[in-house]
Amino acid sequence: MIEIRDLKKVYVMGDEQVPALAGVSLGIARGEYVAVIGPSGSGKSTLMNILGGLDRPTSGLYSFEGEEVGSFTDDQLADFRRRRIGFVFQSFQLLPRLTALQNVELPMVYAGLGAGERRARAAELLDRVGLGARMGHRPTQLSGGQQQRVAIARSLANKPDLLLADEPTGALDTHTGEEVLKLFHELNADGLTLAIVTHDPDVANEAHRRVAFRDGHIVSDERSPKAAESQKGGA
Amino acid sequence: MKFFELVRFALGAIVAHPMRSVLTSLGVVIGVAAVVMMTSIGLGASKRVTEAISGLGSNLIIVMPNFQRGPVSQGAGGGFSLRDGDAEAIRKQVENVAAVAPIVRGQAQLASEGANWNTQIQGVTPEYLIARDLKITQGRMFDDREARQGRKVVVVGPTVVKELFGGSDPVGRRIRVRSVPFEVIGVLESKGQAGFGQDQDDVVLAPLSAVRSRIVGRRSRGDSIQTIYVKATDEDSLDRVQEDVTNLLRDQHKIRQGEDDDFQTQNMASILAASQAAIGTFTVLLAAVAGVSLVVGGVGIMNIMLVAVTERTREIGLRMAVGAKRSQILIQFALESVALSLVGGLIGLTIGVLGAFAIAKLGNWPAAVPAWAGPLALGFSVVVGVVFGAYPSWRAARLDPIEALRRE
Ligand SMILES: Nc1ncnc2c1ncn2[C@@H]1O[C@H](COP(=O)(O)OP(=O)(O)OP(=O)(O)O)[C@@H](O)[C@H]1O
Ligand SMILES: [Mg+2]
Repeated sequence: MIEIRDLKKVYVMGDEQVPALAGVSLGIARGEYVAVIGPSGSGKSTLMNILGGLDRPTSGLYSFEGEEVGSFTDDQLADFRRRRIGFVFQSFQLLPRLTALQNVELPMVYAGLGAGERRARAAELLDRVGLGARMGHRPTQLSGGQQQRVAIARSLANKPDLLLADEPTGALDTHTGEEVLKLFHELNADGLTLAIVTHDPDVANEAHRRVAFRDGHIVSDERSPKAAESQKGGA
Repeated sequence: MKFFELVRFALGAIVAHPMRSVLTSLGVVIGVAAVVMMTSIGLGASKRVTEAISGLGSNLIIVMPNFQRGPVSQGAGGGFSLRDGDAEAIRKQVENVAAVAPIVRGQAQLASEGANWNTQIQGVTPEYLIARDLKITQGRMFDDREARQGRKVVVVGPTVVKELFGGSDPVGRRIRVRSVPFEVIGVLESKGQAGFGQDQDDVVLAPLSAVRSRIVGRRSRGDSIQTIYVKATDEDSLDRVQEDVTNLLRDQHKIRQGEDDDFQTQNMASILAASQAAIGTFTVLLAAVAGVSLVVGGVGIMNIMLVAVTERTREIGLRMAVGAKRSQILIQFALESVALSLVGGLIGLTIGVLGAFAIAKLGNWPAAVPAWAGPLALGFSVVVGVVFGAYPSWRAARLDPIEALRRE
């Protein structure tokens, strides 16, 4: 589904050039569950932003289902994000003025869905993440774990092909973090392609595949033992 | 995505801070209210002047001595260069004339049995009523014979009736004018208060020769006239009649080619046009000054919109992340600015209209809010919103989504 080749991202800070990604090649197949790990500053977020169409690479190729995302205009990128990508952020990024339901509706507004259709789907998604009873609550009236589940519901609103999560459990305690991870697991089991940045080795173990970064390079790319096991068992 | 959804986003942001929104639009409120009030005052003034001038009579030409040239060439004339003969000549020789009314005036103390009243008494001929479009409601006007004989009779306006007779029927009763008794034979129809604060009903008409001998007296020559009203038969012949009168009087007064006239003629239509043009200019000037406060209001909106863009940087980043185009962000913020300005415009329009009526009431002024005040005020508001919202909206749309999401 995704093919990136020799992707580079260089930030220019005055005279200095910071290579956030120094030539990364990677393929992700439909239905995969990829954990991206690595020390701080190794380029994980940079990769996620480029994959999600929020940022452009300095050089290299990025094709998504055969389309060359690198050549998209701003408007095409906006369409790409809206139709193809679901984003989950470490800091939830819910709009404080809106209720849980309205937050989940937001991407569907940009997709041009009618109010009734929107509301029904948002309610369904909130039900799915276990917040059916909290639809009218504003973010400040929800716990961190609940907020992140609202954000996950929102990321699913326009039925994305790829869900990107940048340290989704980073702001949560262990227990709520586990609940959120369980949710991701279920979504993947339903066929959603996932890429999650994490520092947590447990999270990484849940994934099928572990991609490790260091200084803008991929230093290892391996199937996790558990996934290998489950695949063996399945076969 | 439907445009309506962007409107909803914009209004949502405004409703989220009602107090701040109202305060932000205050400048536009004041600007629009001022523009509406100024144009209304201008229109009221114009209406009032029109009433006053057309109240003098339609198709009217006023002939007066030219005081600039004045008494130097006139000697014993007391400054008045017009004569009975001039009026007579106009009547006989100028075509398309409906009435010629020579007038002499004098200030006089009037007295009835119980009351006194100081006013102007006008010596006229019966044609005066035609020239000024006046009507008699009680009694009658004096006729030509009475006028020629200088009979001591008067026709009075409603104000005089009120002041001297307490409003009761004065016909047949007597008024002393400088101790000379005059009989009241008629009452004029009311023309109302309109006209530069002048009471058009405070009138006393008497035969010209009577006023000349009893009131104006020794100060002027026996046949001099202060003013001649010439009424043309219709509007189309007004200019022609004015020209003919001028040529005739130059002849009468033996004014040589190249010499200035010793009289002046004024055509009511051109006076009206000139004063309306003057008031129009004045109104535009006032409205322009008021418009400056609209600009100040616009700057206030721009300021708050810039604050809003900074405050809501993360929101903008998030909207972009879920698929909003830059143009949609731009339009959302521009609509917010326009909505703020429009709220101000609506409040300002309401205040402006109420203010215009209040001023009209206080100043005894005809209230005249122009029909286009509404569309104009709202149109201005939209323009202000667009112009001053453009830069903040552009800033919002140019944000980089990643940096915006990272902002605290
Ligand atoms: N906007 C920017 N301008 C300049 N340098 C940047 C910018 N964004 C990232 N970088 C640099 O690029 C490198 C990679 O950053 P990135 O955010 O991808 O790291 P990360 O792996 O996500 O780290 P963390 O685990 O701390 O989130 C870092 O050295 C960082 O300083
Ligand atoms: Mg990061």
